[in-house]
Amino acid sequence: MRELLTDIDRWQADGKRVAVARVVDIEGSGPRGAGAAMAVNQDGEVSGSVSGGCVESAVVSEALAILSGEQPSRVVTFGYSDDEAFAVGLTCGGIIHLFIQPLEW
Amino acid sequence: MVNMNSYQTFSSHVRDNSPVALVTVIEGPHVGATMVVTPAGIVGGSLGNPDIDRIVARDALGELEAGRTLVRHYGPHGESTPEDLIDTETVRIFIESFSPPPLMWIFGAVDFTAALARVAKVLGYHVTVCDAREVFATRRRFPMADEVKVTWPTPMFTENGHRLTSRDAVCILTHDPKFDVPAIQGALATSAGYIGVMGSRKTHAKRLERMAEVGITSAADLARVHSPIGLDLGGRTPEETAISIVGEIIATRTGRNASPLGASDGAIH
Repeated sequence: MRELLTDIDRWQADGKRVAVARVVDIEGSGPRGAGAAMAVNQDGEVSGSVSGGCVESAVVSEALAILSGEQPSRVVTFGYSDDEAFAVGLTCGGIIHLFIQPLEW
Repeated sequence: MVNMNSYQTFSSHVRDNSPVALVTVIEGPHVGATMVVTPAGIVGGSLGNPDIDRIVARDALGELEAGRTLVRHYGPHGESTPEDLIDTETVRIFIESFSPPPLMWIFGAVDFTAALARVAKVLGYHVTVCDAREVFATRRRFPMADEVKVTWPTPMFTENGHRLTSRDAVCILTHDPKFDVPAIQGALATSAGYIGVMGSRKTHAKRLERMAEVGITSAADLARVHSPIGLDLGGRTPEETAISIVGEIIATRTGRNASPLGASDGAIH
C-alpha cells in the first residue's frame, strides 16, 4: 500500500471516494503475495496492482460496486474453477483472496 | 497532527519509514473495522471491541517485529486458543506489517554505484552511498541515493553498523585496498544479510591475502563475503552488473541457486 499513498492522498484531496483492495491470502502459485494492493477511486481510476494483470479489471468492478453500496466490504476470491467462481482467474492457476473496502477509516 | 483519522496516522508512519501494522477485520462482526498499531501501541482506530483490540494489538506487534503479513483467527472476544474457537463465531483479521525499507550501503562512489543505487531503489531499498573522497561522494552524482556520506568505512560501521539486520545489504565496489578490507571487516561485525565485494578474480585473490593479514580467515566469515560480487550473467555495463548484484542478493535471501527455472522443476514460489 506504500506505493498507493500519493494517488490516494491526491484523490481524497479532490474529494473523491476511494476503495482499497488488498491481497490477504494466496493459495498455490500467485504473482503477488499478501499485502499487494490496489486503490480504485469513484471514477474507476486505478493505482497499483494485485496480480500480474489477470484480475485487475474484475477488481475495479467489485471496488466500484462496494463504493456505490451495492455490495458490502468483503473478501473476494478469484481463481476457483467451479461454477461459483468469478469469471476471471489467475493464469498461473493459483487462488487469490482479496479484501476490498472503502477507505473510510 | 491534530485530529488525524486512522488512514492519516497510518500513512504518516509509512512515509516516515517508522514501523506500523494495519489491522483489519475481514470476516465476522465489524467487517472493515481497522486499527493502526505501532511499537507504542494502538495509535488509531478500533476493531469494534476493547477485548479484541487489546489481544490483536499484542499479536500485531509480534507480527510487525517479524515483518509478517497474514490472516489470524479469533473468537468474538479475542479468544485465540483452538479449544476456545470450537462452535463459536470466527473473526478473521488481516494483519499487514509495514516495516522500514531494507538498507543498502554502497561503498565506493563509482559508475557502478549509480547503476546499483538505481536498481536498489526499484527493489525498495533505502540506499546510502559512502566514499571518503569528497569530490566523488556528492549528491549531484548520486541523486537517486537516499543518503550520500563522505566518510571512511570504519567510522561508518562504528557509528551505524548496529542498524544493519539480515534484511540489509553491504556492497563494496571500491577496488582500493585502503577502503575495501576495512569495509569487509566492518560489515562482518554487523548482522547484514548480504556482503558483496567487487573485483576481478586477480583482485579477489590478492584481497584474500590482505583479509588474512587482518585475521579474516574463518570459513564462516569467508562464506559471508560474496566475492567477486554478483551472479555470472556475463554482463558488462554498470546496469547489467547492478542486475547481477541484486540477483545475487535475492538468491542469498531465498537460498536459491539462481539457475534458470526452465532447467529445473518444483514450485516457483
